[in-house]
Formats: sequence, C-alpha cells, structure tokens
Amino acid sequence: MISGVKSTNNAMGRLLHLMSDSQLHNGVPSMISARNLTKEYGDFTAVDHISFEVPRGEAFGLLGPNGAGKSTTMRMIAATLARTDGELAILGKEPNAQGPEIRAHLGVVPQQDNLDSELKVHENLMIYGRYFGLSRKFLKGKIDELLDFAQLQDKRDSKVNELSGGMKRRLTIARALINEPEILMLDEPTTGLDPQARHILWDRLFRLKELGVTLILTTHYMDEAEQLCDRLIVMDKGRIMAEGTPANLIREYSSREVLEVRFGSNKNAEVAEQIQGIGERIDVLPDRILVYAESGEGALEELTRRGLEPLTSLVRRSSLEDVFLRLTGRSLVE
Amino acid sequence: MTASFDWQGAPALVNAEKIKKRGAWYVAEYRILNMSKWLGAIFAFGLGNPILYLASIGIGLGALVDSNTGGVDGVSYLVFLAPALLASAAIQTTMDEAMFPTMAGFVWWKLFWAMNATALTGKQIARGVMIAALIRSSLTVTMYWLVLVLFGAVDLASGLTVIPSALFCGWGFGSVILAISAFIKEDDGFFAVIGRFVIAPMFMFSGTFYPLENLPSLLQYVGWISPLWHATDIGRVLMYGREISTGLFVTHFAYLLVMGVIGSWVAGWQYTRRLSE
Ligand SMILES: Nc1ncnc2c1ncn2[C@@H]1O[C@H](COP(=O)(O)OP(=O)(O)OP(=O)(O)O)[C@@H](O)[C@H]1O
Ligand SMILES: [Mg+2]
Repeated sequence: MISGVKSTNNAMGRLLHLMSDSQLHNGVPSMISARNLTKEYGDFTAVDHISFEVPRGEAFGLLGPNGAGKSTTMRMIAATLARTDGELAILGKEPNAQGPEIRAHLGVVPQQDNLDSELKVHENLMIYGRYFGLSRKFLKGKIDELLDFAQLQDKRDSKVNELSGGMKRRLTIARALINEPEILMLDEPTTGLDPQARHILWDRLFRLKELGVTLILTTHYMDEAEQLCDRLIVMDKGRIMAEGTPANLIREYSSREVLEVRFGSNKNAEVAEQIQGIGERIDVLPDRILVYAESGEGALEELTRRGLEPLTSLVRRSSLEDVFLRLTGRSLVE
Repeated sequence: MTASFDWQGAPALVNAEKIKKRGAWYVAEYRILNMSKWLGAIFAFGLGNPILYLASIGIGLGALVDSNTGGVDGVSYLVFLAPALLASAAIQTTMDEAMFPTMAGFVWWKLFWAMNATALTGKQIARGVMIAALIRSSLTVTMYWLVLVLFGAVDLASGLTVIPSALFCGWGFGSVILAISAFIKEDDGFFAVIGRFVIAPMFMFSGTFYPLENLPSLLQYVGWISPLWHATDIGRVLMYGREISTGLFVTHFAYLLVMGVIGSWVAGWQYTRRLSE
C-alpha cells in the first residue's frame, strides 16, 4: 500500500515529487502518515507506537475510551504537540521542522473550546482569520458564510460569553474553517450539541468532504462514527486495537445481531452461567446481558427453551458500540 | 439552512511566508482589539493618574519641600519628581500589558493554544504581546507627558527624547515580566506578591521621591538593581539636565537593554516550550 514516489514523467508525478516526504496510499498521496508515533509524559506513555495513513479526502476516525490517547494524537497531528518518538508527516511535511507551514493549512477544533470570551462572535472569526494573514475584505465575506454555516447569524454581535455551550461549539467549528483547511481536525466536535445541531453538522461535514477536505475526528458517539467515518482506528491505552471501515470492523469483531436481555441486576451473573453456549459470544454487563448471534430471535428462542424468562429482551443489529465493547472491554456510554 | 461555500482551499488562500514575517503584528492586532474594549478606562487612568499625582505630591508636597530646601537636585520638587512619575508609568503599563495577557493566554482562557493552532509560533505570540504592550504604553506615556507639560514640569521639546526612552525602559522591564509570567501555572495570587514585594519597594527605593544618594548605602543597592531607578535617572538627565557621568548614563541604558534582551529571549523560549508540551 505504501510506496515511494519516483515517477516524474507526468504532471501528477511531478506534483507528487514536490511533496518529497509524502507517502502513497492506494495511489493517493497521504495527508497524514504516522509510523510508530509515540508520546510519553514522564514515565507514562500516552500514545504508544501507533501507525496509520490517511489519504486525501478521507474521513478518518479515532475511537477509544477516556484516556485512550485520542486528543494527544490529534495534537501531534495538528503540529502543536511535540512527539517523543516515531515518524510523522502531515501534508508531506515534518511537524518539528515545518510546524507553521503545516498549521497554515489545517483547521483545528480542540476538545475544549478556547474562544476569546471578551470579543464578539464575528470578532472571534475576524481575528482568527487575521492570524492566517487573510485580508479584512476577504474575511468579511467569509465570516458571513461561516455564520450561516454555524447558524449564528443572529448572534453575530453577541459576546462569546453570552452564547450557550452548543453555540460556542459551533463557533469553534466555524472558526476552524476560516482558512479553508485541507485537513479539518475535530476533537469530539458534537459534544454539547443537541441532536438537531449534530445532524446539521454531519450534513455540513459531508459537504466539506465533497470539497476534498480531509476530516480527522474523535467521538464518543458510535452512530456519529458510523455515519461520518470512511475508516477508523479503535484506540485503547495509547495503542491501536483495530483499524478498518465501520462495516468491516463490525463484521470482524461482532456477530450480525445482538440480543440484549435483562434479568434484574442481581440475577444477571447467575443467569449468565445458564446461557453459556448460546450464540457466538456473551457479555455480562452490570445492567444487562448481551448475546452475540447470527440470529437474535434464534438466540432468544434457545433462551426460552432453557426455561429462562428475561424481564426485557431486545434484538438489534450489531453496531460499532459492540466492536468497542469487544475490543476495550468497556462500554462507551458510562 | 443552506450554507454555500466558495472554496479556494488553504494552499491558494494562505501565505505561510507572509505569516512568518508578520505573525507578531497579527497577534498585536488582536491585543489592540482586545484593549480597545477598555479604551475609556485607558484614557481615564492615563490622564487621571498623572493629574492626581502631580496635584497632590508634585504641587502639594512640592510647595512644602521647595519652601524648606529651595528644591531638590537644583530644580523645583515638581520638576525633580516628574521624570520618576513618567518612568514608573511607562514601566507599570508595559508590565501590566505583558503580565495579564500572558495569564489570559496560558492560564485563564488558554487563548494562546488557539493562536498556536494557526501558523503562529510561540515566539511570534510573545513578540506580539510585547508590541501591543508598547503601543499601549506609548499612548499612556504620551498622555502623561502632556499633563507634565501642562503642569509646567517639563518643556515641550524634551518629548522627542523623553517618550522614546521611557518606552525603552518599559520594554526592558516588561520583557522580564513577560518571561516570568509565562512560567506561571496557576493563578495563585502571584500578582499580589509581585505587586507587594517587587513593585512597591521598587517605587520606594528608586530615587522616586528623593535622590537615591539620600539613602544609606545598603539601600542604595536596591536602587541600583531596580530598573525604575535607571529609567528615572535617564529621565532626569533628559528632562532637566541632571548632571551624571557619561559612563553612568550609558550604564542605565545598558542595564535595561540587557533586561530586555534576556527577557525577550526567555519569553520566546518559554512561550514556545509551553505551547508544545
Ligand atoms: N499534559 C499531560 N501531562 C501528563 N499526562 C497527560 C497530559 N495530557 C494527557 N495526559 C494523559 O495521557 C492520556 C491520554 O490523554 P488524552 O487526552 O489523549 O485522552 P483521550 O483519548 O483524548 O481521552 P478523552 O476521551 O477523555 O478525551 C491520559 O491518561 C492523560 O491523563
Ligand atoms: Mg480527548
């Protein structure tokens, strides 16, 4: 999948040659190429020799429980956090040496909003655009566009500390687009957004993808990951546990269907013994038991045949949620 | 609902070379915008401070001093005091504008991380904060100086040398404060400590209200360390022609220059380091 760039006899080849450090991923130059990327804080290893490639125009997700190292990875990709070890190329450039050149073409939505609360909404966008050396004339039009994008047109003259949490989040996302980035980095972009705002944002992100923007995002919402990500990695304790498309991950790490049954919290453990052998795999959670099976109904019938009467039962399709549970032993929604 | 995009993309839109050259000025631009929210206060303090000081100490106390001793250092007390007040205004303003934005950027609102996520570097951010601090203090110093002119404490022509040298002194000490503030991890009342144990004594032992030579020699050392004394002495030479040796005059500038150079260097280094960890 990875090969050096040698051909120079056509325009594409010359272009690729210019990006001397860049890698190829299925024939498309990598926007991000990480090999054994590592971050240590003292003795603690937050990101532990992870490797991945992200081609242009892909929506790439980082999934993992709290403390997995997602934000740390994001900050290294954003060329703001120095790595401890490994190789990293972003837009074909080396972040330690060419941080500013890389960052000039990135848009970053950090996990925590860091807007200027003393400035007005439109001033926050204006000043951020100025950091990229963009002219005021250009920015006037751009800000209008972005306020529409973030549905903050009527808050244009409000001070940031008068905005709700979700509005601030939307403003932070809009701010990250001011320089029309090649790579948009979103660290838990929809945390704090109501369902409607989330869906609108997904729609906007799709449109950015169509424009060729590469998206890197972390999220705790599995539906979001399934909707948005072409490909994702599941991280835990700084390592990559699995990598693939959402569909492939589900196929590989889960069954087709899942049967969820509840017997009441004190009986779950006891019942678990009696249902061994049903389905492909069983997970006992504090509040329910998950039975992974090709057919959930079939599993439920087998359960009844063994004389077990769950208080509630539910058959559903497998999701990334189950992949996550399988890989990390942890439920996402805690 | 529909947001349409006119999308050129960053490679066409953003000029990294230009940011490399002008980045610090973009930061300064932000700082000025932020300050402009307090323009009323800047003018009120800028004019109110000198008027109050001159009216009470310069004129009130001055009348007493002058009638008893016939002035200080060969001039009236008002004229003697004026350079010290101007120097301390320059130093205080630059210091405030170095310290508070650094706290806001690193501790209170983490704004510097947002800036550093753009093509701006830690060094540019540090430099931009200082540029804005100097713009602000040139405003304050000019107002102060105008009030001094109105009170007859200094003549108009001296402004050409007095204002730039006051700003230079502000830069020297302000740079050190910029560096120190960049190390503060938590807002644990460090300012109060600086205010009480650095600034207040500095004011008392810098030859502000009486010549430094009047102090016992041990306390004179405090004055020699104090940037305010050096700044004040420069002001006295330029404003009423106090006679000091050329060597001392050069030493005053050299001392503040060293402070400024070291402070700026450490500030740039620490801004960069802190933003990348
Ligand atoms: N500046 C730091 N100093 C020391 N340890 C840190 C620092 N930043 C992060 N860590 C540690 O590194 C690990 C990974 O943190 P990180 O923020 O990358 O996790 P995350 O996957 O983003 O988690 P979350 O889902 O909670 O946002 C955590 O154990 C965290 O405590
Ligand atoms: Mg995180």
